[in-house]
Amino acid sequence: MTVTLALVQILNGLQFGLILFLIAAGLTLVFGVMDFINLAHGVQYMVGAYFVAAFTAMTGSFLYGLALALPAALVFGLLLEVLIFRHLYDRSHLDQVLATFGVIIFLNQAVKFVWGAAPLNVPMPDALSGTIEIADGMLYPVYRLVIIAVGLAVGLALYLVVNKTKLGMLVRAGASNAAMVSALGVNIRLLFTIVFGVGAMLAGFAGAMVAPILSVEPGMGDNVLILAFVVIVIGGIGSIRGAFIAALLIGLVDTLGRFFAPSLLKLVLDPSTASQTGRAIAPMLIYILMAAVLFFRPSGLFPSKQ
Amino acid sequence: MTVNDSVDLQVTPAITAPRARRAYLLPLLLFALFALVPLAGLWGAQSYVLSIVTRIMVLALAAMSLDLLIGYGAMVSFGHAAFVGIGAYSVAILSSHGITDGFVHLGVALAASFVFALITGAISLRTKGVYFIMITLAFGQMLYFLGTSLAAYGGDDGMTLASRSTLFGSKILKNDVVLYYVVFGFLLGGYLLLRGVVASRFGRVLRGIRENPVRMEAIGFTPYRYQLTAYVIAGMIAAVAGCLFANQTEFVSPAFASWQRSGDLIFAIVLGGLGTLHGAIIGAAVFSLLADILSHYTEHWALLFGPILILVVLFARGGIGGWLGSRS
Repeated sequence: MTVTLALVQILNGLQFGLILFLIAAGLTLVFGVMDFINLAHGVQYMVGAYFVAAFTAMTGSFLYGLALALPAALVFGLLLEVLIFRHLYDRSHLDQVLATFGVIIFLNQAVKFVWGAAPLNVPMPDALSGTIEIADGMLYPVYRLVIIAVGLAVGLALYLVVNKTKLGMLVRAGASNAAMVSALGVNIRLLFTIVFGVGAMLAGFAGAMVAPILSVEPGMGDNVLILAFVVIVIGGIGSIRGAFIAALLIGLVDTLGRFFAPSLLKLVLDPSTASQTGRAIAPMLIYILMAAVLFFRPSGLFPSKQ
Repeated sequence: MTVNDSVDLQVTPAITAPRARRAYLLPLLLFALFALVPLAGLWGAQSYVLSIVTRIMVLALAAMSLDLLIGYGAMVSFGHAAFVGIGAYSVAILSSHGITDGFVHLGVALAASFVFALITGAISLRTKGVYFIMITLAFGQMLYFLGTSLAAYGGDDGMTLASRSTLFGSKILKNDVVLYYVVFGFLLGGYLLLRGVVASRFGRVLRGIRENPVRMEAIGFTPYRYQLTAYVIAGMIAAVAGCLFANQTEFVSPAFASWQRSGDLIFAIVLGGLGTLHGAIIGAAVFSLLADILSHYTEHWALLFGPILILVVLFARGGIGGWLGSRS
């Protein structure tokens, strides 16, 4: 029984980690290539969720909704880039943090204005709404397995693009030395716009995928954003591989921590203290992990800049 | 104050005499204004004005302490609200156990923030640049989540204080005017303390590190030690602001320590002009008033507030302090 439960939790952690990876991938490349801190990346995740909610309600089908939400998220990301972010590349990190903080404040309110403050629910597609027996007596929601599969597929596709194509080569080169790539005659601005658009779309995609299992609400991107930053900082800024490993690590530590911390503490504390302390420690675990990693490796696990 | 100004002159030799005079005229004017605000009560709406200006002064104290890090030390800390949270929770938790003495509250807040700043600062300062921003953010979040999980003290929802801190057993802080002047006293004290700090040899070393850490190291300073000391000082002052904040609102919640609140503090000092202590006060005042005024007009005031923030960053370099021509 415990083994099955643990397996379920591992799958949940994996699913959460892959969602984090989708968000962190764009963030880390933008960060790595242009040295640009985009706090508004989290609201792109939120906007993706809202788009899928709106388009699903409009078309009556989650799949159509998703198909429309993706290009919409791409266009929205590019719009932000042209209107605001483009003017911030040459500015200090402090300016970037503040201006993109302003974008968060605005967009969190804007979705409230357009869709209301109450959380929206996105109906899960019927075909994916059941559970499946993946081991003896162990049922698991199909939809979560789909998220895991899709996350892995996107991760693989991203890996192939970044590591096997010319575009990917330029992106990697940009992440390790943008000035040099630019000096070699590559239009780094255009490269960045592409990276930015894809990153925004991936974040939007992550938001759209989780919309049926979470409630869609204003501010939903804020905490995810912080987690995504934790992921890319642990993984090493600019490194896709680092982001992938760190995202899975964070997803598993967070999910398993919440599940096991109380029961582990019961071994040394009395039950009520243990469950209380466990609940207190669990959400802090990933930040403790991050502090520990940075203490030993101040540039993350896979630093792309030497 | 003249001694301090002469030090400022060394940093910006080109500064002109009227500008230097303005560098202490403006703070003088600000504090005179704050000192007189309770008299506005003579014309009515006293409690409303008092509570807003008290809140502004608390925010100003926290923002000023952050300015020591960002403006003078180039350490962009994104977790500064955590210290405000420590101060606020010191008051709330002790009060809920029947310990209402203000000096105990303050002592515990200072001790707790000292320990937290020393540990987190020691770890954070091993990193540089973006990593520093992110790790301070992470430590802030750690504390935020600790607050949300304190079920006994309200958890997510926060808790209402049974009463304000007592001084020598008397509930004198219940009076809003008394509380106002106590906060005023702390703001003035904090200002003078920080002014002394930045003008001292320590402060000059800190600014030297801001400009060129490698050179400072080459001439024999250890940047790490100076930065860590500044980090601890700033954290402890912000914790004092937290104590005052809890007393003013008579309510604490984890939201006090959220990263959005840290963002507010950064915005306040950038708005007022980095690296001028009175700029942090002006920034905090404008920030609070702006939010307050906009929220009177529309419930969707953030739709205006966000773009204003972006425009300030894009177009108003040096902040309001910069316009007033008193940037040090």
